[in-house]
Amino acid sequence: MATQAITGAPTLPLIEVTGLNHYYGPPPGGHLVLEDVDLTLYQNEVVGLLGRSGSGKSTLLRSIAGLIRPREGEVKRIESEDCPNPSVAMVFQTFALFPWLTVQENVELGLEAQKVPANERRTRALAAIDLIGLDGFENAYPKELSGGMRQRVGLARALVVNPSLLLMDEPFSALDVLTAETLRTDLLDLWSEGRMPIKSILIVTHNIEEAVQMCDRILVFSSNPGRVVAEIKVDIPRPRDRLDPPFRALVDDIYARMTAKQASSQPARDGVFPGTGIAMVLPHVSTNTLAGLIEEVDGTPFNGKASMADLADSLNLEVDDLFPMAETLQLLRFAELRGAELVLTPSARRYASAEVDARKAMFGEALLAHVPLAQHIRRILDERATHKAPARRFRDELEDHMSEDFAEETLKTVTNWGRYAEIFTYHEDHDQFSLDDPQ
Amino acid sequence: MSPDKHPIAILPSFSRMLRLTRPNREDAIAFIILTGLAVLIFRAAEGAVAPLSTLHLEPVTLGPAHLPYYALRTVLRMFAALFASTLFTLVFATLAARSKHAGQIIVPALDILQSVPILGFLTFTVTFFMNLFPGNVLGVELASVFAIFTSQAWNMAFSFYQSLRGLPDDLEEVCEGFALSPVRRFLRLDLPFATPALVWNAMMSMSGGWFFVVASEAITVGNTTVTLPGIGSYLALAIQHQDFRSVGWAVGMMALVILAYDQMFFRPIVAWADRFRFEQTASTERPESWFYDLLRRTRTLPLLLVPFSAIGRLLLAMEPTRHEHQRSEEGSVNPWFERLWQAMVWIGVAAALSWTTHYVLTSLSPRDIGMAIGLAMVTLVRVIVLIVLASVIWVPLGVMIGLRPRLAERVQPIAQFLAAFPANVLFPFAVIAIVRWDLLPDIWLSPLMILGTQWYILFNVIAGASAIPNDLREVAGMYDVKGWQWWRQVALPAIFPYYITGALTASGGSWNASIVAEVVTWGSHHLEAHGLGAYIADATTAGNYPQVALGIGVMSLFVLGFNRMVWRPLYAFGERRLRLS
Repeated sequence: MATQAITGAPTLPLIEVTGLNHYYGPPPGGHLVLEDVDLTLYQNEVVGLLGRSGSGKSTLLRSIAGLIRPREGEVKRIESEDCPNPSVAMVFQTFALFPWLTVQENVELGLEAQKVPANERRTRALAAIDLIGLDGFENAYPKELSGGMRQRVGLARALVVNPSLLLMDEPFSALDVLTAETLRTDLLDLWSEGRMPIKSILIVTHNIEEAVQMCDRILVFSSNPGRVVAEIKVDIPRPRDRLDPPFRALVDDIYARMTAKQASSQPARDGVFPGTGIAMVLPHVSTNTLAGLIEEVDGTPFNGKASMADLADSLNLEVDDLFPMAETLQLLRFAELRGAELVLTPSARRYASAEVDARKAMFGEALLAHVPLAQHIRRILDERATHKAPARRFRDELEDHMSEDFAEETLKTVTNWGRYAEIFTYHEDHDQFSLDDPQ
Repeated sequence: MSPDKHPIAILPSFSRMLRLTRPNREDAIAFIILTGLAVLIFRAAEGAVAPLSTLHLEPVTLGPAHLPYYALRTVLRMFAALFASTLFTLVFATLAARSKHAGQIIVPALDILQSVPILGFLTFTVTFFMNLFPGNVLGVELASVFAIFTSQAWNMAFSFYQSLRGLPDDLEEVCEGFALSPVRRFLRLDLPFATPALVWNAMMSMSGGWFFVVASEAITVGNTTVTLPGIGSYLALAIQHQDFRSVGWAVGMMALVILAYDQMFFRPIVAWADRFRFEQTASTERPESWFYDLLRRTRTLPLLLVPFSAIGRLLLAMEPTRHEHQRSEEGSVNPWFERLWQAMVWIGVAAALSWTTHYVLTSLSPRDIGMAIGLAMVTLVRVIVLIVLASVIWVPLGVMIGLRPRLAERVQPIAQFLAAFPANVLFPFAVIAIVRWDLLPDIWLSPLMILGTQWYILFNVIAGASAIPNDLREVAGMYDVKGWQWWRQVALPAIFPYYITGALTASGGSWNASIVAEVVTWGSHHLEAHGLGAYIADATTAGNYPQVALGIGVMSLFVLGFNRMVWRPLYAFGERRLRLS
């Protein structure tokens, strides 16, 4: 297996992405998921794409893999002396193993497609399986393996075709914390020892610590539409220690950048036109988790003020979960995001110490004051003599402004919040909102 | 890593051939069984290509000694049909799933063909196949095989298509990422993924096929009647002669045959196909088959499979090497081609529609159409009443059985056997009863329609009841929920999705069965009920093609309408609200 020197500055470009725009839905039109993305990947670097769900980072990864053809823009593989024929291989979040093939057959799949002779195929597959630490499991079927081992098979399958660039789509997020850590460390060891036949790694993640631990460079994406909002160089020497002050500082910094960007885009979405308030996409956050988050920040050791990184740590949450919660609190004026810190407002602290009914009342007030869609539904119900309204009508209204999926999610969220606050209720059988809740 | 742990992949069978060890005991047993089967197949195939005159020289007789041979011929026909259905499925379902344009035509066609009363087709196809091989039995054989084929192919193809549409995204991406060629992708992903559903469907179709064997071996075309040697024609003869003993022999033979191919063919295949079930966790219960285990323990048998795997390897070796992934050219299809295609599809549909309308209208009066619709209403009432009755009987029983796992284990195969059993065999008994007690055919012939299809309700309900999670049952027990409340809140919602699947199948089958169940004969006794089934049957006997076409058309419309307006919404409701996941 080839060994590369991985020290030295990454200078030779490997992949160049220019002016990439991509939409979901049939052309022309559709929902913009990636906006104007430019990106160059160099040899000998690990690059992380960090962002929340809906930021299009997986779409970008698939564009580079050639699985998706972007609507506009170009993905170019750059040939060089080192790398005359740049190729890519991908590791999936869900492992994507064929359950009817053994470990070895799964690993050989890509070689088979390249028509590599059986002898060589076998030798290379065994070497890859060996490298990744699955020696002895060649004849096992995926269902006989644990999650961590399955992902090792996925990794071996990608490495065995000798790709120049290894693409990883949230490779550790389906694993438990301990397994993920082991696998990450093993991968980093192989990388720093230059034992993998690859030039570079591009990894998609929504785990900030994972990104800082693994990457030389991190690209932070905004969501809806996905755009590169920050590029962060990670100069911390390897192996990196999570508890190292520079490590912590960088994690905090990234949290701050992600919140800062969010704070600026929020008003843009809400209130450019009068009446577009109801078109706000509401993330699916349950009232229970909101209450839990308020209580957590209100209690010791945070006392109403917590850094996002510490919160993520203590609650064991990833960016994808934590940010929507924090932003919902901000939307309801229960909290403010200041840099990388979440600060509870006085009303949230009152909420934390209140009884169930008082909490509901406070939540209802906040909902009617700050969530236009909730206001809208409540007003319609109040105006009607029957105090009933078909959900279809609101769904249609939302779909004028957003995709069907977002409309469904937004309506689900507001239903959940409205029910909790007892400002309106919803009947699934009749698909209608009403006021007459059995009291 | 020692090299002999991994036999060299390129010629595994060859190296095994060289190391050919002594055949073992399993080899001997397998050899005897397989040689026996081969001889039988050869013997039956011989008869299938003889000149047509042999049918008259050696007419079907009621001697029980001939019965095994007749059974053999029938089974060969059924397997030929199954083979054809499988080929049809692999080609057309794959095409439908792969090509947008092909799918646009194939999918609705399959959907409609599934609901069309197949028995009505017989009249049209027999003439065609007989002209294909004039003067040879093969033509008639093919007509019979085609009749069975039409009862199997559509739903097998539809199931395969649905499997292909449900392929996991990530595996598709792996195939695309590694630039697997279409052939390789088909062999590595599509076929394995869809195999379990296909095998299950083939089993069900085989059961359904028996019904048509009985109807398709004694074929009447206008004035001539051709009788192929087989269990179906034997049975028809026995009915004609009012010979109870022979009916009994035929029924017994059928039971034996069903048992034999279940053990020797389907069980091994189900056991083998289990490896393709798409699940990431090891299942607790794996299907077992003694014959499969026997074949696996043989040492020489794998040699027989060498040619097949060689063909596969050759196929893969012949395709050109593709190094770089070629991006799919979606969205770059010529819009003019697209428009032209759409126009052609619509013109085709319009032409077919107008041609059929013209044909029916010129040969039939509006009164005929009104009558067909009126009769369809009568049959519709029958189907609804029967489904309700069967549900009232089988739902409680099915739930009782399903909640007792050990009992369910024993009853499930019996129910499946009964579903496989051609109910038309039992029709004579009904005729005798009706004639003896002078009963009204319009009412008492009706139960025959559901005789064969009611089992679908039973075994789906059993499956549903055994899937009720234990914790739900414990909760019900703890709070002393019983009586009507238990049924209303525990049992019925839990089995609902399963029940709907069963009832849908049963209702479709009953419509089809009405063609043979509304007109029944026992020797000289001829009973007829009013209904669309009788209308089609009579038109077929009279050779009145426009009426047959009209009958089939109206029935198809009713079945499709019933599926769309009743079963689909109910099914969607069950999936949305009551699926325990």
